[in-house]
Amino acid sequence: MHVPDGFIDAPVSVAAGAFAVGAVAVSLRGARRELDERTAPLAGLVAAFIFAVQMLNFPVAAGTSGHLMGGALAAILVGPWTAVLCLSVVLLLQGIFFADGGLTALGVNITVMGVVTVVVAYVVFRLLTGLLPRTRRSATASAFVAALVSVPASAAAFTLLYWIGGTTEIPIGKVFTAMVGVHVLIGIGEAVITALTVGAVLAVRPDLVHGVRGIAAPLKLRIDGELVDAPAATRDPEPAPAHRSARGFWITGLVSAFLLAGFVSFYASADPDGLERVAADQGIDEKVAEHGAADSPLADYGVGDIANARLSGGLAGVIGVSATVVVGTGVFWVVRRREEEPGEAPRDRDHENA
Amino acid sequence: MGAGHAHKLYRHGPSPVHGLPPHCKLVAVFCFVLVVVCTPREAMWAFGLYAALLAAVAAVARIPVGFLLKRLVVEVPFVAFALLMPFVVPGEQTNVLGVSVSVPGLWGAWNVLAKATLGVAASVLLASSTELRAVLLGLQRLKLPPLLVQIASFMIRYGDVVTDEMRRMAIARRSRGFEARGVRQWRVLAASAGALFIRSYERGERVHLAMVSRGYTGTMPVIDEVTADRTQWAYAATLPVLALAICLLGWTL
Repeated sequence: MHVPDGFIDAPVSVAAGAFAVGAVAVSLRGARRELDERTAPLAGLVAAFIFAVQMLNFPVAAGTSGHLMGGALAAILVGPWTAVLCLSVVLLLQGIFFADGGLTALGVNITVMGVVTVVVAYVVFRLLTGLLPRTRRSATASAFVAALVSVPASAAAFTLLYWIGGTTEIPIGKVFTAMVGVHVLIGIGEAVITALTVGAVLAVRPDLVHGVRGIAAPLKLRIDGELVDAPAATRDPEPAPAHRSARGFWITGLVSAFLLAGFVSFYASADPDGLERVAADQGIDEKVAEHGAADSPLADYGVGDIANARLSGGLAGVIGVSATVVVGTGVFWVVRRREEEPGEAPRDRDHENA
Repeated sequence: MGAGHAHKLYRHGPSPVHGLPPHCKLVAVFCFVLVVVCTPREAMWAFGLYAALLAAVAAVARIPVGFLLKRLVVEVPFVAFALLMPFVVPGEQTNVLGVSVSVPGLWGAWNVLAKATLGVAASVLLASSTELRAVLLGLQRLKLPPLLVQIASFMIRYGDVVTDEMRRMAIARRSRGFEARGVRQWRVLAASAGALFIRSYERGERVHLAMVSRGYTGTMPVIDEVTADRTQWAYAATLPVLALAICLLGWTL
């Protein structure tokens, strides 16, 4: 799923990069509210965890295996802000050190795999946990659905970016079908494992699961043979739920706008790519024979199609994505401004100076 | 870093490339890749020249070709994807060795293959000639938010610790007769992932407490500022500037 260099054209990559920068900046502030000065060590360790868990292979059937993407898992376990930060750091370091995902495609990768999966998963998870009874089982079920939705959503986001700025014209419908189809399958695996993992953590340390704080049964002490409520543990005051619901509302709006734009545009117009794992699974055995021939005969063919269609497509991409960026960051700023309370301000400023 | 030895991705050597300040190298590599991505795909010779440029850098940095090629394996999934393109993309058809493929598809495949390979090679060169820690310092110098740099440095510092923990759990599972064969074993693996999360998170809390007890207030002191003088910048700029010249030639020719 890591997009390499040259897959998405430069203007769209840059626009996606700007969007990613904005998202990371907003998350930095959010994570600071969630974790205070614990941000660096905790987010760092969680990032290391995501990095490790992406290497944990889950056998699917004889011979094939998949691995977790971790967006939904991180969002549920540590909260959306920290999750976006952790995934961005993981993607950044993978890009620089492991050459996994291109440097110019870093913005695309962070947007698609970091921001979209986390935001979609968290919104779905919060909605479901809000609707369902507050039990462990419903939390696990919500985690399942959240992860299930987040993976195809990220595939759809990728398709959207490819439609705007893909370097090769593949019919958009084909891309969308292949991309989302494959990722629904991947999503099922991701969902099962995310739900099981969240369940496992809930069983041992329910207090660590950010998405379902407060569902644990109140602690009882047995004093002189009868059960007495334990004195409430003094925890740091959590961000007021009112804030979160407002934020969730905005995020939901943004995401649905994204998805709608994606869906509508697929039927309105025609051209990107998708495939990926399909290519890996089905492509290799059939195409190995042609491998040697694939590039050499290219020399015989002249320029051909390029020119106008691509140029206009790229331009439309720039305009579209920058508009999204402006609107998106604008919304985030407004929300952020409203949330800033006088009591909190000095500490924030202090951090900024540092 | 915590363990004072170099990471396996890094290849130490006394070369001019190793000696360059990390932020110069980061900027150079990024500009280079950006230029490559902007090159028209019809200028095939340009990509040859880019490859030659990278080969020259590798030679100056004394990084063996075998090492470089081995690291290029990362790209394989996308090679498979690119090879599928000539068969999926609609358009003018042509015959290659008796198989009907589409011309735009071939161009697309070439485009992705060439640019992605060059990008991967550039990143690999950067990673193998720059220490992990130096890259982070470079990122900080390039005004990446300090908090993000801290998170990244913690991730690198504890990445191996967490990975080793995962490996130990795998050994523990196997020594108890566990064998992951299919979907039925997912519950066990997911439980391991959960345990790994709890361990990582608790380790994070311990690390934080240890830092607080040593006077940590939310920011890290910068003790080794990296600086670059004009000659070093000029030296690092050679690669992207040459690449830019090639790219401009590619557009005009």
